[in-house]
Amino acid sequence: MDLRGKDIISIRDLSREEIELIHKKAEEMEPFARGGKTCKLMEGKILGTLFFEPSTRTRLSFTSAMQRMGGSVMGFEGVDVTSVSKGESLTDTIKTVERYCDIITIRHPMEGAARLAAEASTKPVINGGDGANQHPTQTLLDLYTIKKMKGKIKSLNVTLLGDLKHARTMRSLATALAMFDANLTLVAPKGLEMSDDILDEIKNKFNLKPKQTEDIDSGVKDADVVYICRIQKERFEDKFEAEKIQKAFRITPEVLKSCKEDLAILHPLPKVTEIDPRVDEMKCAKYFDQTFYGVPIRMAILGLVSGAIK
Amino acid sequence: MKEELRVRKIKDGTVIDHIKAGKGIKVLNILGVENGFANVTALLMNVTSKRVGKKDIVKIENKALRKEEVDKIALIAPNATWNVIKDFKVTEKNRIELPDKLEGILKCPNPKCVTNMNEPVRSKFKVEEKEPVKLRCMYCERLFGLKDML
Repeated sequence: MDLRGKDIISIRDLSREEIELIHKKAEEMEPFARGGKTCKLMEGKILGTLFFEPSTRTRLSFTSAMQRMGGSVMGFEGVDVTSVSKGESLTDTIKTVERYCDIITIRHPMEGAARLAAEASTKPVINGGDGANQHPTQTLLDLYTIKKMKGKIKSLNVTLLGDLKHARTMRSLATALAMFDANLTLVAPKGLEMSDDILDEIKNKFNLKPKQTEDIDSGVKDADVVYICRIQKERFEDKFEAEKIQKAFRITPEVLKSCKEDLAILHPLPKVTEIDPRVDEMKCAKYFDQTFYGVPIRMAILGLVSGAIK
Repeated sequence: MKEELRVRKIKDGTVIDHIKAGKGIKVLNILGVENGFANVTALLMNVTSKRVGKKDIVKIENKALRKEEVDKIALIAPNATWNVIKDFKVTEKNRIELPDKLEGILKCPNPKCVTNMNEPVRSKFKVEEKEPVKLRCMYCERLFGLKDML
């Protein structure tokens, strides 16, 4: 299997074998990601980071991954200082930038922007998030984290909790977990449930029917992993209703009392109010470890698509 | 009375037959009859058919169908037939079938899709299901039914 030259746009484009290869290579990259060893696999290579929207973890972990491998990074965050503010098309921007670098990673508010960028570019393009659509490197690191924490994904009870309708992380993670035969439970407030197209896809492709509930306690009780995302307040017309749901959909030490001893709580971050700060101190809080795994995963992806890692 | 006699045969053009009864008007809409369509056109509705019970038929003089038009008609009239008429004779008989991919003929209904930006890009949809029709935009990856598209 060879990922050289491949664009990483959607988790739907990756086979189970390709995901397992990325995970295997990420494991090999971990000592370098931690800074204990140095490597020069990407020496002389440049990563272009085109972030048309703000990002902390994705952009910085791509930068860290490239620099840990001896490569360098150029790019921008926000469009005010680029020709995009003069009305340049995304296609033209990509055709320009690809001449300055070896790989491009892009975050853009429009859905499908990364696919369009990949069509315009002769260099590999990695999607760093396109609107509410896909964020495949986040999904890859989420799966990797679960595997690292639990040793497997198959047959694990994984609960996805929060705004399952709008969060792109949840949509692609649900599909990916189904691909690896996890038992899914979906906990969402009324109106923010996982959309039918994802549920149908899970059912048709993987013959899996997730449990669905509004009740947090029963949704997390038997979970091995609880993956939380924030309630997107900006999506509500009624702000009072949004605050009511935010308060009700909160993980606290009290909620976790009846959970499994070795539960792992994950979150794509940034978190706002959905996790009580007291949970940060509990051993089940694994979200900061999760954010580290973004570096070896992105090292593996950069190495594989550039051909530096075989 | 023979059905053909209700509307006379056309000398040159296209006959779209075996359209599901009631869908003929939609076929005409797809062909753009409302927008300055100059060809002589006939629509027969609820014609008795041995094969499908009731059907609609569209006859258009001096017009050959383009691939984009055939693909679009396939969305609402799968299994219809499309005959090319030259000098009163059927010279070509084709079945209208929905292809696996539709390119450049539909607009993505998602306003946040990149194909609705000012970019040099043609829309692309993967046909995920044919009955009922489900189409996935190959850019924003959203899944749409027919009622979202036409």
